[in-house]
Amino acid sequence: MMNRQIPILKLSLGGLLSRSLLIFFVVLWTIPTFGLLVSSLRDKDQLRISGWWMALQTTTVQEQGRTVTGVAEERDGLYVLEGRVIEEEDTKRIDTYGGGFLGGTLDSYVPDQPLVLESGYTFELNPDGSYLLTSTEPFEITRGERFFYVATKPPRFTLENYERVLDGERIGQAFINTVTVTVPATIIPIAIASFAAYAFSWMEFPGRRFLFIIVVALLVVPLQMSLIPLLRFYNDIGIARTYPGIWLAHAGFGLPLAIYLLRNYIGGLPREIIESAKIDGASHFQVFMRLVLPLSVPALASFAIFQFLWVWNDLLVALVFLGKRPDQIVLTSALRELIGSRAEDWEILTSSAFISIAVPLLVFFSLQRYFVRGLLSGSVKGG
Amino acid sequence: MEQLLGALVAIVLGVGALLLYFFGSNWLLEIVAADSVAPDGQIKISRDRLRESIRPWLFIAPALILLTVYLVYPAIQTVIASFYDGSGRNFIGFSNYEWALGDREFRTAIGNNLVWLLFVPTLSTALGLIIAVLADTVRWGAIAKSFIFMPMAISFVGASIIWKFIYDFRPIGQEQIGILNAFVVSLGGQPQTWLTVTTLNNFFLMIILVWIQTGFAMVLMSAALRGVPEETMEAARIDGASELQIFFQIMIPQVMGTILVVWTTITITVLKVFDIVQAMTNGQWDTQVLANLMYDWMFRGGGDFGRGSMIATFIMIAVVPMMIWNIRRFQQEEALR
Repeated sequence: MMNRQIPILKLSLGGLLSRSLLIFFVVLWTIPTFGLLVSSLRDKDQLRISGWWMALQTTTVQEQGRTVTGVAEERDGLYVLEGRVIEEEDTKRIDTYGGGFLGGTLDSYVPDQPLVLESGYTFELNPDGSYLLTSTEPFEITRGERFFYVATKPPRFTLENYERVLDGERIGQAFINTVTVTVPATIIPIAIASFAAYAFSWMEFPGRRFLFIIVVALLVVPLQMSLIPLLRFYNDIGIARTYPGIWLAHAGFGLPLAIYLLRNYIGGLPREIIESAKIDGASHFQVFMRLVLPLSVPALASFAIFQFLWVWNDLLVALVFLGKRPDQIVLTSALRELIGSRAEDWEILTSSAFISIAVPLLVFFSLQRYFVRGLLSGSVKGG
Repeated sequence: MEQLLGALVAIVLGVGALLLYFFGSNWLLEIVAADSVAPDGQIKISRDRLRESIRPWLFIAPALILLTVYLVYPAIQTVIASFYDGSGRNFIGFSNYEWALGDREFRTAIGNNLVWLLFVPTLSTALGLIIAVLADTVRWGAIAKSFIFMPMAISFVGASIIWKFIYDFRPIGQEQIGILNAFVVSLGGQPQTWLTVTTLNNFFLMIILVWIQTGFAMVLMSAALRGVPEETMEAARIDGASELQIFFQIMIPQVMGTILVVWTTITITVLKVFDIVQAMTNGQWDTQVLANLMYDWMFRGGGDFGRGSMIATFIMIAVVPMMIWNIRRFQQEEALR
């Protein structure tokens, strides 16, 4: 990539300004996705109570606990009730406590110091949330006694959210469904379009120009124009809500761009190569298979990326032509459902969303060159 | 797993069938239209011309069939269906169109679409151009561009979740976990449920599309800027032109063609915008747009295909000028070929 280095600009105030402005844009553009990624990796309780930009800070929560009920154990002449208010694997630690049956307020007591209550019981709370309630006489309480505490939790990052959505929210299955839709829907139009693009480039037939202008016109026809008649048609012949149905639909919708892109490329191959092969007695079919197809790999890759991203990210076609059953729902459709049903459960939404965008991002970053080339030849010719 | 196997089988079968078709039809052509050869090996009648006039059609037949079945024929059907009632059986003339003019939701959608059409292409193109110019002046420009470009790979639904999280609202007193409200509160403001604030909420949706499309604009602008002759700018600089003057008086006129291409491409994307509205608000709080309304009518109350078709036709009518412009441009380029 050629960079226009302007030496004068480098030292000037303007240069400094333009650099800061560029950094500002980059940060602004990256923050949304970065926030999603960070959030999806956070402990779900922490995610609920502090912004992701505070992810490295310890969070503080106010909670209440209840002592266990049941028969007290007798130990060395003492009656003991034992339990915990913070789960064992949790990294939360109690700072102060009080209130409820203990009296006082939230910040009255600190852990590790036994507390003798008016009733004669002794309450001993450890920072990790485990406690002992002891008495010299049998307990007279029949239900759990309530108290309050302030706990802190060091920042915690985890893959739990991902594990949870992959199974519990069936995002794993949706991922497989999306792959099932995407791969055939990418390959089929390439196969069909490359033959057509060759014919449009190197074969003479009446109506060639007219038909190609139709293709150019179809490039911009909104999908919405096809949905209703196709849905009716699909219902009539019984392929509504089937994978072959959506494969063909995506193939049809992607075809104009495929033909257009590939023709731009194949039509730009040097005439001499094709003509010399023809003189050597090769038929068009042989020229296409042995010569043109191998030479067109970059263009095929460009379109493949386009179509892959388009199909993977599509919501509309999937909603219309595929069901919402677990074995059919695609990632985008599943996300749409989650937005409705899990609107406040950000640990679910963020991790699910990241699963759905991870593959496109990977494809994008590894094959950016082809993607850009495709964009350029798809819009401004010869770029 | 079984399903992926099914997909794999489908690929093999599908591609296999296509190859079989192409090989088979070509092979058949060679036999049916074979040259008549005399016993001494002399070609009596050459059918080369016949073969070469049929072969192109064998090459384009699958594409033509698919284009006809999936785009051309349905488009015509949709226009026709827009003159029929919801069941598609009774011709009702322009009734669907008349209904639309009086329908509040439809008018809201039209109004919103117009605002989208003004705001999104303009802002995306302008930002794309500015970032392209800025990035071309620094060594790490390619990396910077990569980051701006990245949202292009993200689905509209994924982007909707990303931005819904930014707009998240917690009641006053609670800590805000949405960055926008956190920012507002840190400046001493009141947190808002941004997506329900009528009129303003449309802009919060539009920003998502701007975020996605700016990268596209930037890539095209960047390529176009590379075509601006270095000497022209150098000469202007020597003549004492400021960088801003160079930008407005040399760069912009030189890349005007590309600006138009980018602008129209994004315009078409905007006309079809569906996922963002569907996922963010589903058209509530006066954020309806045509594409979402169309989808709505396809299924609302068992589906009214007449109204749905009418709305689709409306979107199509808006696209037609750009379609004509596209074809003109294509013909001009072909003339230069």
